[in-house]
Amino acid sequence: MKYSAFNLVRNALSHNRNWRPAWRSPDPKRQYDAIIVGGGGHGLATAYYLAKEHGMRNVAVLEKGWIGGGNTGRNTTIVRSNYLWTEASLLYEKSLKLWEGLSQELNYNVMFSQRGVYNIGHNLQDMRDIERRVSANRLNGIDAEVVSAAQIKKAIPLINTSADARYPILGASLQRRAGVARHDAVAWGFARAADALGVDIIEQCEVTGISRDGGKVTGVETTRGEIRSGKIGVVVAGNASVLAAMAGLRLPVESHPLQAFVSEPLKPVLDTVVMSGAVHGYVSQSDKGELVIGAGIDAYTGYGQRGSFQTIEHTMEAIVELFPVFSRVRMLRMWGGIVDVCPDACPIIGKTTVGGLYFNCGWGTGGFKATPGSGWVFAHTIAQDRPHELNAPFALDRFVSGALIDEHGAAAVAH
Amino acid sequence: MLLIECPWCGERAETEFSYGGEAGIVRPAEPDALSDAEWADYLFNRTNPRGAHRELWNHAQGCRRWFGVERDTVSYKISGSFKLPSGGEA
Repeated sequence: MKYSAFNLVRNALSHNRNWRPAWRSPDPKRQYDAIIVGGGGHGLATAYYLAKEHGMRNVAVLEKGWIGGGNTGRNTTIVRSNYLWTEASLLYEKSLKLWEGLSQELNYNVMFSQRGVYNIGHNLQDMRDIERRVSANRLNGIDAEVVSAAQIKKAIPLINTSADARYPILGASLQRRAGVARHDAVAWGFARAADALGVDIIEQCEVTGISRDGGKVTGVETTRGEIRSGKIGVVVAGNASVLAAMAGLRLPVESHPLQAFVSEPLKPVLDTVVMSGAVHGYVSQSDKGELVIGAGIDAYTGYGQRGSFQTIEHTMEAIVELFPVFSRVRMLRMWGGIVDVCPDACPIIGKTTVGGLYFNCGWGTGGFKATPGSGWVFAHTIAQDRPHELNAPFALDRFVSGALIDEHGAAAVAH
Repeated sequence: MLLIECPWCGERAETEFSYGGEAGIVRPAEPDALSDAEWADYLFNRTNPRGAHRELWNHAQGCRRWFGVERDTVSYKISGSFKLPSGGEA
């Protein structure tokens, strides 16, 4: 059923008793043309673009829990493309362009709100880096501008731009086309659209083994039986190393907890996104009025979807440094996701040394913004058995060749 | 917050320590003899296990010595600390 104003009214008149589930819950078939492991936003987007752009409709998405229950539902929903290096900025910009049409494309409101993202500079080196990054962005056709402390204060009245601040605000980069989106809706929208094209979304189905024969994949073993396929795309974020080990591979990623928080709901006080690498925190306000807050990973590796208390303290210190008035706001919920961090803070999207096995991982702390673009290039890679030019630089073998894309510390916020 | 036992100073809060990643990674004696893939494996690839993990910690705000910890990466439960073959000098 197409979602429309007409259907909203029609279903309201029948007391909303006739809505259908947005996607089916089929049992797995014995064989698919392609299997996507991981039912987060990236995996569902991959399946959607496989069906839509490449005509591969006999596709399954296997999810061990429920779709969107991992990092897709645990991030702070910021979408931007102001990365320093050309390879990264073009990939994220492709994603941002897809975001701009995504609600129409999926016929599902992902609540993409281009409210702008400010990346604050607190010292001269920050400002030099901001000037450089903004220039690099503009050369790549990405909107970016440098704004002064006075302009920041005018746009964000609650922020502390006092020269007496411990970390004074000197200026910022501003990407006006950046913003936030409704994270759950992204998973649900891609799931519904992929399902409508024939993709089987199979929840409660954990992959326990990857079957191979002669250096090629032949299928997966799961908690719901064996499923055969010659093409397997793995998009499992924090569990990437675990899946890689099933195929005898080692990856250059480590899994860390990344915590996030929401406050009690407030009246509208912040209509944009503020990020600071120097004090290390980021904050926006959701449509429900909650402040949505995040910062850095916990130092140790872990799969436990929770972190240590001092990381929470550091995050709050950063937010209160930027917005002293928020010191009286109470936090409502906190949680952790498990992010797979790459040495160069860039993802790995491509083929592996095992035929028919593709990995999309290493997004670290910043994967949500890339959801549609990641799926788009990964679908291309799986369908054509070669990367698209946008993700070719993000091959796993860059760690052997040395052609890293060093976004650590360059990409507008410290990771 | 983790409660970590330094083999020299005893149990202290996690904030006194800095994390050193996977334990037991030995720098190859002859880097020039390695292929690029072997060097990349040493430099970048990590076991990153889901479960038991042997890892390095440094008592940065205490005795400043390195040591090993055995920790479960899912429950975060620490089962013990151990001294390194080098004794803990950096």
